[in-house]
Amino acid sequence: MSGQHNPANLRTEIEKHLSLGDFNHAAGELRELWRREPGSATASYVTSRVDQLRDKLILTKFKLAILRSFTVEPIVPLLRAEAFLFAIDLEVHVADFNTYVQDIVDAGSSLYRFAPNAVVLAVRSEDLAPDLTKQFAGLTPEDTRQAADRVARCYEQWAASFRKYSQAALILHSLERPRHPALGILDSQSEDGQSGLILQINSAIRRVAAGHRGIYVLDYDSLIARYGSNRWHDDRKWLIARLPISAEHLLPMAREWMRFLVPLAGRTAKALVVDLDNTLWGGIIGEDGMAGIKVGPEHPGAAFQALQRALLDLTHRGILLAICSKNNPDDALEAIDKHPGMLLRSKDFAALRINWGDKSQNIREIARELNIGLDSLAFLDDNPFEREQVRAALPEVMVIDVPQTPDGYAAAVRDCPIFERLTLLAEDQQRTAMYAEQRQRAGAEQSFQSKEDFFRFLEQEAELNPVSDLTLPRIAQLTQKTNQFNLTTRRYSEAQIAEMARQPGWNIFSIRVRDRFGDHGVVGVAIAHDQGEQCELDTFLLSCRIIGRTVETALLAHIAKSATDRGCKRLVGWFLPTKKNAPARDFYPRHEFELAEQKPEGSLWSLDLTRHQVAFPEWVRLVTAHGGHD
Amino acid sequence: MSAVFDQIRAMAADLFGVPAASIDTSSSPQTIENWDSIQHLNLVLAIEERFGVQLSPEEIEQMKSVGETVKLVESRLQAAPR
Repeated sequence: MSGQHNPANLRTEIEKHLSLGDFNHAAGELRELWRREPGSATASYVTSRVDQLRDKLILTKFKLAILRSFTVEPIVPLLRAEAFLFAIDLEVHVADFNTYVQDIVDAGSSLYRFAPNAVVLAVRSEDLAPDLTKQFAGLTPEDTRQAADRVARCYEQWAASFRKYSQAALILHSLERPRHPALGILDSQSEDGQSGLILQINSAIRRVAAGHRGIYVLDYDSLIARYGSNRWHDDRKWLIARLPISAEHLLPMAREWMRFLVPLAGRTAKALVVDLDNTLWGGIIGEDGMAGIKVGPEHPGAAFQALQRALLDLTHRGILLAICSKNNPDDALEAIDKHPGMLLRSKDFAALRINWGDKSQNIREIARELNIGLDSLAFLDDNPFEREQVRAALPEVMVIDVPQTPDGYAAAVRDCPIFERLTLLAEDQQRTAMYAEQRQRAGAEQSFQSKEDFFRFLEQEAELNPVSDLTLPRIAQLTQKTNQFNLTTRRYSEAQIAEMARQPGWNIFSIRVRDRFGDHGVVGVAIAHDQGEQCELDTFLLSCRIIGRTVETALLAHIAKSATDRGCKRLVGWFLPTKKNAPARDFYPRHEFELAEQKPEGSLWSLDLTRHQVAFPEWVRLVTAHGGHD
Repeated sequence: MSAVFDQIRAMAADLFGVPAASIDTSSSPQTIENWDSIQHLNLVLAIEERFGVQLSPEEIEQMKSVGETVKLVESRLQAAPR
C-alpha cells in the first residue's frame, strides 16, 4: 500500500480535497480512514467531516431513534461513521434515560415527533426486571413467574402502542442472562431459574416481534456471549457513567445495529462477485492444477470450504453469485465442476467472467448481464491490489475487506451487513434458478426474426392481484429494492403498505408473470389512489428483468380500465427522475399521456380516460384475482 | 515527546475538533472549549480502546490535562505491557 494510506496522511488528503471541493475523493478517503482506524477518536473526526459533506454526496438518509436504559452516546459517532461506509447519512435521536414507556405510549412524544425510520429499544435486564435480577433470591417461584409474565406482557403492549403511532421498524434487544445468578449453579438446574426465566421472556419477545410487521429482535444475549460476557461488560463504567459496555465493545455494538439498519435503509447487495484463486480455493489453478489446489474438509483447504459454505448460504437468501477471475476459462471451470472439495458448482453462479481482462470492466459487464446496478454489487477478492483497483474504478461497488489469512474469509462474508435480510420470501430462494431461465430466454430471443414473434413464443401470462397478507411483504420489498423501472421510487415498509391498504380509495396490486420458461414470481407493483374523478398512480414499478416485453403496458392497461370502471375520468402519475430510473422515463409519453405539470423534482402526466384507453398487448394473457381472463 | 503523547494528542485533536499542533501537555478542560464531560468520557474510551487498558474511576479523575493523561497511560503500559 502506498504511504498516502496511513491515517495521518489520509487526514491531510481529506482536508485538501475538502478545501478544493473534491467531495467524492474526500468521501472515499474518509471511508478508507475509517476502515484503517475505526474507533472513538476517529469516529469523532469522520462524523464532523461527514457533516460537511452530507449535502454534497448521494447518501441514503435514515433516522434512527434509540430508546435506552443506559448510556449510548459514545456509540452514536461510531454508528454514524459505520453507516457512512454504506453510504447512509444517519441521523440519531437518543431518548432520555428510562423514558421509553412514555415515549412509546404517548402519541405526541419526542420519539414520534422525530419521525424515525427505525427505533432501537435497548434496555438492561436489571432496569426492566429488577425482581428477576437483583431481588431474585428473596422471591417465591410464584412471584418470579408472575414477574416474567408481566415483562412479556409489557413488550406486547409496547409493540401494539408503537404500531398504533408509527410505521417505523422497531428493533427489540433481547434481555441478557445474569452473569452471576443468585442461586449459583443451582440456577441451571431449573427451567424457572433466573437464566431460565430470562430465556422465557426472550422467547416471548420473539413471539411479539413475529406477531407485528416490521418488528425485529436483536439477540443481545447472544451478542454478548459471542464476545464473552466478562469482557463485554465494564462494571466500573456502569457506576461512573451508566455505560455498561467496555470501550473495545462499543464498535461491535454499533456493528450489530448496522446489521439491521443496512437492510432497512435498502443498502443491501443483490449479488456478490468472487475471485477464484486463493479466494474460493487455495493456490492457483493455472499453475498448481486440479491436484494442487486446496479445498476440502482438512487444513488448509477447510478455510476455503468454509467460505464456500457461507456463499452457498447467501444464495439461499436470494443473493446471486458471480465469478470474476483472471484465468483460462477451461482450467477454472474444470476445477469448479470436477474438484471433489468444491461445494459451489457452476450452476450456483448467475454470471461468469473468467478471462485476462481488467476486473472492473468485467464487473461492469456482470452488472449489465444480471441487470443489477453497480451499487447493488459486492466484490470479494483475496488480493488487496485488485480490491483497491475496483474501489478506485467503481466506487459504487461494495468491496469486502478480508483478513490476511483465509481462516477469516467466511466470517468476513457472514459478518457483512450488506447480505442481511429482514424477511425471506419464496422469490429470494429461487433467484439463481430464475436467472438460469433468463439465460434460456435470452438465447431464444436471438433465434427470432421479430420481437413480436418472440413475444408470441414466450406465452406470457400476467396475474394481477389486489394486496393480500401473502403478497404484502413482497410488495414492500419491491418498493424498497426496485431502482430502474420505477416511476416514483417511493419506498414503503410493510407496515406502511398495510396502513395504505386499510384506507379507502387506495388500490394496491401486485403482478406475477409466467412464461414458457418458468415463473418470474411477483415482479411488479402498482398503487393507484382515487381522488374523486381522478386516479393517481402513486407507485408503478416492475423488476427490470421483465421490462421490454410489454408486461408494463399490460399492467397499465389493467389499471386504466379498472379506474374507468370505478368512474374515474382521468389517470395521472408523476415521473420523478433519479440517477437510475432512466428506463422508465418515456413510459407515460409512450402510452399517450400528456404533460400536465413540470416541477424541479419531476413531471406530472395525465391521460383522459374518457377519450383514451391503454391498448392491451395481444401477447400477454391477463389473469385477475376473480379468475376472469381479459 | 513520546509516542504515547503523539497518539493522545491525535486522539484529542479528533475528539475536541482542534488542530493537533495547538495541543501540548498543559492543554486541559480549562484551555480547550470542547473538552466537556461527554468528550472526557470519549477520551477515556478512545484511550482504553487504543491502548488495551481499562481505567479506574480514580485514574479517570487524574486525567486533568494532556500531560497527566500521558503520564497515566505510560505508567499503565509499563505496569502491564500489551
